[in-house]
Amino acid sequence: MKNRSLVSIDDFSTEEIIQTLDLAGEFEKKPVQKLLDGKVIATLFFEPSTRTRLSFESAINRLGGKIVGFADSSTSSVSKGETLHDTIKMVSSYSDLIVMRHPVEGSARYASEIASVPVINAGDGANQHPTQTMLDLFSIRKTQGTLDNLNIFMVGDLKYGRTVHSLMMAMSRWNTTFNFIAPEELKMPDEFKLYLENLGLKYYEHTDFTDIISKADIIYMTRVQKERFSDPIEYEKVKNVYVLRNSMLKNTKPSMRILHPLPRVNEINPDVDSNPKAYYFEQALNGVFTRQAILCKLMGIK
Amino acid sequence: MKEPKQLSVSAIENGTVIDHIPAKNLFKVIQILGLDRFDNQITFGTNLESKKLGKKAIIKIAGKFFEDADINRIALVAPDAKLNIIRDYEVVEKKVVEVPDFITGIAKCMNPKCITNYEQVKTMFRVVSKKNVALKCHYCEKITTQENLQII
Repeated sequence: MKNRSLVSIDDFSTEEIIQTLDLAGEFEKKPVQKLLDGKVIATLFFEPSTRTRLSFESAINRLGGKIVGFADSSTSSVSKGETLHDTIKMVSSYSDLIVMRHPVEGSARYASEIASVPVINAGDGANQHPTQTMLDLFSIRKTQGTLDNLNIFMVGDLKYGRTVHSLMMAMSRWNTTFNFIAPEELKMPDEFKLYLENLGLKYYEHTDFTDIISKADIIYMTRVQKERFSDPIEYEKVKNVYVLRNSMLKNTKPSMRILHPLPRVNEINPDVDSNPKAYYFEQALNGVFTRQAILCKLMGIK
Repeated sequence: MKEPKQLSVSAIENGTVIDHIPAKNLFKVIQILGLDRFDNQITFGTNLESKKLGKKAIIKIAGKFFEDADINRIALVAPDAKLNIIRDYEVVEKKVVEVPDFITGIAKCMNPKCITNYEQVKTMFRVVSKKNVALKCHYCEKITTQENLQII
């Protein structure tokens, strides 16, 4: 994988994903390894994303790499009108790898074609966020012991949520059964359902968030975002329907775990946090290990 | 005897005749093939009667034979176009255009948030459906359908 970029999770073969997850497992056991000693990593955040940036910077620091970059484009040359093309050209001569987040869709693919060093997409608008998918896969495999033949429930905004789309596409490699729970307005788009049908995978759609979750191996919660609704009354109606509460977990499998890309608002009641099935905070920590693994893979170090 | 005048318009000795172009897309075809920069003798006819298309256009290009990959670029705007390859005033070969698997630099991505609509990036698409043309953007991965197709 040396000198390759990671723009979309599909850029990695199944074997490469497994290798990356295995390496992330090594970093979990021994997080501080000075493998990027003497390397300079650029973190270009054209739009702010504190969580993702800190996760990457923590990963780079634990590997002993040095960081250059910006956390907000208002403090960079972009505010002077520089094109993405020129910024990337310039930065690729200052660094050994570029991590970038940009609000424009496709910007990361474009950057990877301009840059002379590998590019990691840390989110390009509503398009892709592959390191999130990788950490989701890591969390699923770690908690379930396997990626094969699982039953995954996705809840909330399945229409616009890019994390659920990427995770669904990635998990389709391992014979997953999907259950989609969403309000009518935020259902999983047809193109994704068609994708599963073509692969011969089973999926079920529900509008009620009920006892059916007893079958789940993983419940993947997402935020229902107010700005997605044209009618504020519709939002008020659904916002409290897709809330996970501790009382709902009684009949779920002991091995079931709850994931959420965070930040959450009210879709997981705080009374779930102390339940051992709540995994979303560990999930965030796994992000550091998987990003360490991805950095090393693309640098050709491990 | 002097040659009748219409002969130079209606027939070419060697070259290519592109027939069954939808009349409204004639100038798009000219643009895609770059005919406006050709030195060859070219004749156009447009708003001609056609049972199939209603109004069709036709282009005759003297002394020019296209590669398939080049001519297939017009498939987005003239999916029913037919080519007659002329040698010595005779039709020696007939061809139809085929929608290619990849399309570079002809269509515009319909996603207003796509990088190709922000910076000078040559658009690139994978053709995911040929019948009702659907193009998947190489950059933003969104689908542009026939109804939303705009030629750059």
